[in-house]
Amino acid sequence: MLKIENLSKRFGGLAAVNEVSTSIEKGKINAIIGPNGAGKTTFFNLISGVHKPTSGRILLDGTDVTHLRTDEVAKLGVSRTFQTTALFDNASVLDNLIVGHRLRTRSGLWDVLVGSSRLKHEEKVCREKARDALDFVGLSHMANRMAGDISQEERKRVAFALALSTDPKVVLLDEPAGGVNPDETVGLAELIRKMVKHGLTVGLIEHKMNMIMSLADKIMVLNYGEKIAEGTPAEIRANPAVIDAYLGSEHADA
Amino acid sequence: MKYLEGRIGWTLLVLAGLVFPFVTGNDYHLTVMSTAYIFALATLGLNLITGYTGQFNLAHSGFMALGAYVVGILTVDHQVPFWIAFALSGVITALVGLPLGFVSLRLKGHYFSIFTLCVGYIMFLVIEKWESLTHGTVGIIGIPAPTGFGGYVFDQPRALYYLVFAFLVVGAFVMHRIVTSLLGRTFMAIRNSDELAESLGINLARNKLLSFLLSVFYAGLAGGLYAGFVRFLGPDLAGTHHTFEMTTFMLIGGIGTILGPLLGAIGMPWLSQHLQFLQEYRYVVFGPLIILLVIFVPNGIVGSHLAWKARRASNEAKKQAAAPAAQPVNTTAPQGGATHA
Repeated sequence: MLKIENLSKRFGGLAAVNEVSTSIEKGKINAIIGPNGAGKTTFFNLISGVHKPTSGRILLDGTDVTHLRTDEVAKLGVSRTFQTTALFDNASVLDNLIVGHRLRTRSGLWDVLVGSSRLKHEEKVCREKARDALDFVGLSHMANRMAGDISQEERKRVAFALALSTDPKVVLLDEPAGGVNPDETVGLAELIRKMVKHGLTVGLIEHKMNMIMSLADKIMVLNYGEKIAEGTPAEIRANPAVIDAYLGSEHADA
Repeated sequence: MKYLEGRIGWTLLVLAGLVFPFVTGNDYHLTVMSTAYIFALATLGLNLITGYTGQFNLAHSGFMALGAYVVGILTVDHQVPFWIAFALSGVITALVGLPLGFVSLRLKGHYFSIFTLCVGYIMFLVIEKWESLTHGTVGIIGIPAPTGFGGYVFDQPRALYYLVFAFLVVGAFVMHRIVTSLLGRTFMAIRNSDELAESLGINLARNKLLSFLLSVFYAGLAGGLYAGFVRFLGPDLAGTHHTFEMTTFMLIGGIGTILGPLLGAIGMPWLSQHLQFLQEYRYVVFGPLIILLVIFVPNGIVGSHLAWKARRASNEAKKQAAAPAAQPVNTTAPQGGATHA
């Protein structure tokens, strides 16, 4: 799905991401782990076009997307969530989600001024998409609640729903379980599995090792911007370099 | 209260505007009100870029003055008929706004505001210093009154009042259309977080520029009306204090709403009129008033009302959801509640 070749990003003298080659495989959960500051989020920012890489290439289904803007990458089907989700707190959850499908619509100023039928149709489609996405993440009963009222875990789910309403092929999740309690983490993990079951490809950054180890099909480990290991959860758990850099000994044997 | 919202509320407001000249019977009041409408129209524009799109533009009065000077210069120095000059006031303002917006919108947040503050001041200086074109500090005198069909001339306060009022109604209607559409949602997504909006596939540069151009188009038209209404122009119109006045209207009424800026722009001049006896000391009243408002009513009058309504709808939804959803949620609810705190 996504192929990353020798990707590097330097901020001044600091190599935040250094010569990383990997792939985000279709229909799988591709996890990225590593200590704080290892370059995980920067890696996502490079894929989604927020930062331009210093060198290297990013291929989406064979097409070079390295130099595209974020909105162009999103239109090609790469969606993402952020560590903190900025919602408009004074509006309802549903209202927050309707704009998520905007990128698949074409109505412009003229449609608005004349009140075209295309605009009406597209507004209906966007609303339906928002409802579907909310349904998918299990929050349809929250549609009319104020976004400022909902819990941290529900916020994370709304963020998923926003990402899903763009009709993506790949969803990049940046610490979806951050600030969420263990029970809820299990629920979010189930939701991620459900996304894959529905044909999505997932890229996942997370610090919760239990979640990663049970969820991921494939793990890449970053440290100081470099890829130090890649493989199945079992391989990663047994890898001495990973234990040394990140996991510590308590995860080594399990 | 419910009856006063939505379509009925707006209809009542329009009716109130229509009967106002018959109620007051005082030309001075009509003039105050007409001026307020003109600034309300410009404030609606400012509210689009600042209130709905989240880009705090401080050059707005510069654009309003630009529109006014287009009408002033074309009608007085080139004998162009008023309405042609008026149409050009919006168009030329938007055309000038295109490169200015393109450059300044590359900046974010406070940088954008500081940059546009400078842009606005430069516009003021150009108007003041370019004497051969703008008549400098002397100003433009003798702008012809707008003409109607069949030789009718809008030179009576009541006729002018209705003319200005008509533009405000149309302007508010179009603005309402824009902000409640997908396009408006796009702008609001940018206000909310441009990082998130961009990741949802929204082209930031294009949408911000569109909002900016619409905003200055409103300013230009308001300026054009101002020229035809006051029939005298000085560089003072471009002064940044007008931008800050319009910002105050927005804040008091409710930024990011349609009714809010209208209420602010119409209400504040009246308050100001009633405090005329205090002369310069009026600001001793206004200053603390605005500080109190920003602290205690940060969403403005209309914004607070809407927030209150949204809160009530949310609680209603919560009550409804609680009944059927009680069973599945029950197992995790007690724990969940504690950890969210």
